[in-house]
Amino acid sequence: MTRVGTAKHTCDAVRNGEQTAVDVCRAAFDVIAARDPALGAFTTLVFDRALARAEEIDAEPERWRSRALVGLPVALKDNLCTRGIRTTASSRILESYVPPYDATVVQRLEAAGAVVVGKTNCDEFAMGSSTENSAFQVTCNPWALDRIPGGSSGGSAVAVAAGMTPVALGSDTGGSIRQPAAHCGIVGLKPTYGRVSRYGLLAFASSLDQVGPLTHSAVDAAMVLDVIAGADPADATSSRTPVGDYLKALDGRVRGLRIGIPRRLLETGVDADVMQGLENALAVLRERGATLVEVDLEHASAAIPVYYLIATAEASSNLARYDGVRYGYRAPTEGRADLAAMYALTRAKGFGAEVKRRIMLGTYVLSAGYYDAYYLKAQQVRTLIRTDYDRALEQADILAMPTAPTPPFKLGERVEDPLQMYLGDVFTVGANLTGLPAISVPCGFAGTNLPLGLQLIGRPFDEATLLRVADAYERDTPWSTQHPPIS
Amino acid sequence: MLAFVLSVEFTRSDIEAIASLARLHLDEDEIELFARQLGEILEYARQVQQIDTSGVLPTASVVTSSDVVRDRADETAPCLDRQAALANAPDPAAEAGLFKVPRVLG
Repeated sequence: MTRVGTAKHTCDAVRNGEQTAVDVCRAAFDVIAARDPALGAFTTLVFDRALARAEEIDAEPERWRSRALVGLPVALKDNLCTRGIRTTASSRILESYVPPYDATVVQRLEAAGAVVVGKTNCDEFAMGSSTENSAFQVTCNPWALDRIPGGSSGGSAVAVAAGMTPVALGSDTGGSIRQPAAHCGIVGLKPTYGRVSRYGLLAFASSLDQVGPLTHSAVDAAMVLDVIAGADPADATSSRTPVGDYLKALDGRVRGLRIGIPRRLLETGVDADVMQGLENALAVLRERGATLVEVDLEHASAAIPVYYLIATAEASSNLARYDGVRYGYRAPTEGRADLAAMYALTRAKGFGAEVKRRIMLGTYVLSAGYYDAYYLKAQQVRTLIRTDYDRALEQADILAMPTAPTPPFKLGERVEDPLQMYLGDVFTVGANLTGLPAISVPCGFAGTNLPLGLQLIGRPFDEATLLRVADAYERDTPWSTQHPPIS
Repeated sequence: MLAFVLSVEFTRSDIEAIASLARLHLDEDEIELFARQLGEILEYARQVQQIDTSGVLPTASVVTSSDVVRDRADETAPCLDRQAALANAPDPAAEAGLFKVPRVLG
């Protein structure tokens, strides 16, 4: 066994009785055992639990075979709460935290017949673009082991790209599903804000966070979104907008579709191979009948500073809960230390450098005297950015641009320079600030082995169009069926 | 419009004051590092302050009120069991059903 199949293939095989859920589960763990030691995608594996669950599914075929994700092995980013399974957010402060409840997305996956195999490595509390901010381990890009897999959902992207699980869930606050998907040569979907429940997702920036799938194809992403989308009484920001039938929307039609290209935004700082990948992809879609139109996102160049002001402000507030009292790590204190000293020491030892940096920045921009100049100002520019996107999506049905401005960079290259790391998020943060749905689809390589991603951004709650265009593109190109070599 | 450009230089006492607000103990190296890096990041963020936002309302959330799940019945439902809630605590007083912390007052 060198790789597991796609989600479509896997669920069809179990449903038709060609494979048992136990066979599929064992196969996934065989690949993980063979490949993960060199890649470092998983922080926790739950073989016994997964096997027991697969056995339950096999024991009651009449109950499970009709379910959408029957027998499907899934990997979960380690910031999604799993009842009884350690959930760390790749942070020392939660190293031994075992949640007493499941995230809503986890409940929904399991109710649909999916089998959780383990938790994946990420940047600590999802803060980063390379997965290098994990407190526990490095995760390598399966296409080039000396390169970053992207982040923050790097472990989830590698689990799928390396054929260890057909599907993984990630979270996306500023590109953390789409960018690792692009860097690992797979599909990553950030749904519209509110489309998928955030209940049980460890909060980073609550107005930006969204959960979504990483998969090999738009078909597989649609299968997963069909299951996880929808209102949830436990998340007041989840939307009651009706959920589409995403799988049925994939009819290959793009004729007459208007694709908006923000040319001015692409003029500077984009790698030549990345631009070539985009142009080639646009040519394929035009060949299929789409029309290209130029759009202007006037304030898009301010999106990165706006994002980092807002996201760090929200993070500094959200991470106040990690104080060594109710759960997680508590630093040992000397005899007469008081509560305030315990808080400060616990957080000093429990958080890594990037998390501390963002808490500091967020605390500063929210503090008296600076709030209006930084936080309020950023929220106002956020409004201008939303208006730009709204206008562009009147002129076009979807927008297209690269997912990341460069191919995956070398491990260690940007660790010492946080600002340089932040600049890589230029094309992804817009969809979070506006709440719009966005998908990254593989669109070729820089050189022979560094994957590139095409990003498509759609109208609110129109994931169906995004997935339809992504699927049509996949039908005309070989990229989504190419896999990294086995090292 | 802002009539002035904010200083983005941080002294060590600025950094210590922010760290204190954030309940974060920093060592000497971190104070120096963050003084430099916060300055660099906010210097880059100056471009935001140059955008004219007169009369522009802030966006705190993209959710409109009509989207929110709001007509949930107001009735009691099971919640987390007390022992389960205490299970992850670093210093629980399980029998009393409490979390223990170091002294708060002198």
